[in-house]
Amino acid sequence: MSTNPKKPDVLLELDDVHMFFGKVCALSGVDLKVRKGEIHSVIGPNGAGKTVMMNIINGLYSPQKGNIIYKQKKINSLRSYKRAKLGISRTFQKVEVFGGMTVLDNIRLGRHIHMKSGIAAGSVYIGKTAREEIEHRRFIEEQIIDLLEIEFIRHKPVGMLPYGLQKRVELGRALALEPELLILDEPLAGLNLEEVEDMARFVLDINEDEKWQITCILVEHDMGVVMDLSDRVFVLNFGNMIIDGTPEEVQNHPEVIKAYLGEEDMYATRR
Amino acid sequence: MQPGDKSIHNTHPYGIRITQDLTIPKLFFEKARQYGSGRVAMREKEFGIWQPITWHDYFKNVKYLTLGLICLGLEEGDKVAMIGDNRPEGLWAEMAALCARGVGVWLFQDCLIDEVKYIIDHSDTKFLFGEGQEEVDKAISIINECPKLEKIIWDDPKGMRGYDQDCLISFKEVQRLGRELEDERPGLFEDLIQKGHGDDVALLFYTSGTTSLPKGALLSHNNMLTMGQHLMTVDPCIPTDDYASYLPFAWIGEQMMSISCGLQVGYTINFPEEPETAEENIREIGPHVMFAPPRMYEQMTRTVQVKYLDATWIKRKFYELSSKIGYHVADLKFQKKQIPAYWKFLNWLTYITIQKKIKDHLGLSRVRNAYTGGAAMGPDHFRFFHALGVNLKQIYGQTEVAGISVVHRSGDIKFDTVGHPIPETKIKIAEDGEILTQSPSVFLGYYKNPEATRETLKDGWLYSGDKGFIDDDGHLVVFDRTKDVFTLRDGKPFSPQYLETRLKFSPFVKDSWVIGDKREYITAVICIDYAVTGKWADEKKLNYTSYQELSQMREIYDLVEKQILKANKDLPEAARVVKFINLYKEFDADDDELTRTRKLRRGFVEKRYQDIVEALYSDSQDVHIDTTIKYEDGREAHIVTDLHIRKVKA
Repeated sequence: MSTNPKKPDVLLELDDVHMFFGKVCALSGVDLKVRKGEIHSVIGPNGAGKTVMMNIINGLYSPQKGNIIYKQKKINSLRSYKRAKLGISRTFQKVEVFGGMTVLDNIRLGRHIHMKSGIAAGSVYIGKTAREEIEHRRFIEEQIIDLLEIEFIRHKPVGMLPYGLQKRVELGRALALEPELLILDEPLAGLNLEEVEDMARFVLDINEDEKWQITCILVEHDMGVVMDLSDRVFVLNFGNMIIDGTPEEVQNHPEVIKAYLGEEDMYATRR
Repeated sequence: MQPGDKSIHNTHPYGIRITQDLTIPKLFFEKARQYGSGRVAMREKEFGIWQPITWHDYFKNVKYLTLGLICLGLEEGDKVAMIGDNRPEGLWAEMAALCARGVGVWLFQDCLIDEVKYIIDHSDTKFLFGEGQEEVDKAISIINECPKLEKIIWDDPKGMRGYDQDCLISFKEVQRLGRELEDERPGLFEDLIQKGHGDDVALLFYTSGTTSLPKGALLSHNNMLTMGQHLMTVDPCIPTDDYASYLPFAWIGEQMMSISCGLQVGYTINFPEEPETAEENIREIGPHVMFAPPRMYEQMTRTVQVKYLDATWIKRKFYELSSKIGYHVADLKFQKKQIPAYWKFLNWLTYITIQKKIKDHLGLSRVRNAYTGGAAMGPDHFRFFHALGVNLKQIYGQTEVAGISVVHRSGDIKFDTVGHPIPETKIKIAEDGEILTQSPSVFLGYYKNPEATRETLKDGWLYSGDKGFIDDDGHLVVFDRTKDVFTLRDGKPFSPQYLETRLKFSPFVKDSWVIGDKREYITAVICIDYAVTGKWADEKKLNYTSYQELSQMREIYDLVEKQILKANKDLPEAARVVKFINLYKEFDADDDELTRTRKLRRGFVEKRYQDIVEALYSDSQDVHIDTTIKYEDGREAHIVTDLHIRKVKA
């Protein structure tokens, strides 16, 4: 274990992580330290391994080599749902919502992990279960629906909503878990300008607001937003880390400019 | 009230006598004492639940807010502006401003920065109540240019954590200051209220201004209170009624219902959760009384028409049958004829099977009186609601008379008139046809504009600037704004508004603009409804990517032409639309094409679309457009297109 007692504020650490798919090396020796309270962005060209990295943190993949350390504990072999219990939540690059269910039900699902009443108590909707449900509904209404401004679609099936709102619902579901670490996998992809502004505001809110103070890992192509929001930026290129530094350091790094930022045509910046 | 007061009105059904001494705060104080915590004054839907606010809560909130404002340095006659969605805090702020002997100024929620700046600066506003971050941002950006503005008060903490400017203070903090002052000087609040007089200025109301910059109309407490009383004498409400407040407070009609009438009757005012949920929330409440500009009713009509088009064959047939019966019965009522028993029975049958459901969906199931005013409503829309069994009435009014002066009476409704004057109101038609009003609710004058005041108030009569006449039954007929009335090629006067509202009965037409004053023939510019027309195009498998492209399709032109032919049918030859064009964008208040209450600013559009007007009166088939349009988020788009001109089949 490579926990550093002098730096207790590190929430998540990837230590020399390698990931292979057959002979393809998706990640080779990635080191990442995410500190509590920061927005840590991960950028890189398509196919750089960003989503693989997120899947490793989240527990969908387990790395062949290296350690994942969350709150000073090695979680390499922990299943996804157990990591969720520890406070790791995520959204997906392509929205993964339950289209036939309402917005409220989708968000409620994220709350499931906090439900304590069992099958017996749940089958009779009185007493403990009812109280618990009301408590959870209150949390969803007051904290999530109000924050994300989705009052008007509360009872609508998610599948009928435009893409931008589906993304919001997915964020709502991730928040219902009350995570400490939130992985946002391209939350702005496919959104229009107004939706991008809204989403950026929500990310700032959940990161800075006293009620939430969630540490975020943000995978994003929109450089304007990344540079504005992030405390630190991690640059990945074909499984190799280029730099992990402040937005200014990253913007001035020659290799980053070559590998990524220079390609103005490929990656629209909205600055 | 004090003996010796000159009473100007008799006792009202609600036991309120409006004397020259009575003010809105005095009435508020009285009502709060009468109802206390036993009755709900207002409700707001928050976090998915209707949260009640009793008269006691209402009173406490206003009291501490008033004292807080005094603490911040509000003096008699200082202006307090408010901007934000309809919510209890907005009404509390207004009431507190009045209790502290200030003057309330309302701004439209969607005002652009320039408009906010103009009104704040012109009104000499000292305190500004903004709802949240958006309003605070607007206010901060103009505070340096408005030297009189001292404090900005916000109530929604969302997104406000990073703001630490000295000019900002939270609603709660102001109320805390008020509580401290109450401990120091108990009884101050009551003293303040007692000091007021009915002739004091209560509100400074900016008119929408179809022609020029907005003018600030000064309205006294007495203006407001007599207005409410007179309307309520015609159509009484009861304290257990519900009213839904969702239209901007900056519109006089909303003030009249929420303050003038609401306070006197004591009915419950319901605020929707968000502007987007208003429709759904109104349905949950089922208000007993409703007052909205025609566009709201037009929207409802469109909703029904679109649902009808979407429905299955059998449902459509049932609806057609029911509306046939509904229209027949409504027409009998309009003609004041006896309705035969079998028609009554048929009508009842359609009520329980179809009308009831439709009314429920529109939130109209409990409505006793629905009013429309502020702009003209087409006869087709009007008949539509009566055929549904909704007691829709036209009103005629203006900001300068604190609301309305003329209204339909139940059982005496003609869809081309606006009815009879309300009590203590006299209507006269000047020699040139202008409508003149005299009533205790006529305003005090325009703020800092004696010239306009002189033009509007002459010998105790209010000059409306509207043309009209009184028909054989004594109903007032409003023709149009005097300056808008057309002279046709046969020399006859004609109201473009009338034709425009007729065209808007088509669900595919969102806005229309009729041209042809002193010209050879009449033409029209049409803005299609993107959602409805788009859906129609989808079903017809027509490809389009933007409003602009859709509007120029031949099939859409055919669709619009059908509606124009329908409207043309009942018109005299000279008033028929000969050519029309579909515009490449919708009219927008942000582009100054409409006022904030969505009235067409004719003078402005004429200038802006000069090329189109010229082309409509030439032999050309197309107009070339090369322009830049600005989106709400500040982006600009360059538009190059050819608009097609269609000649209507004779």
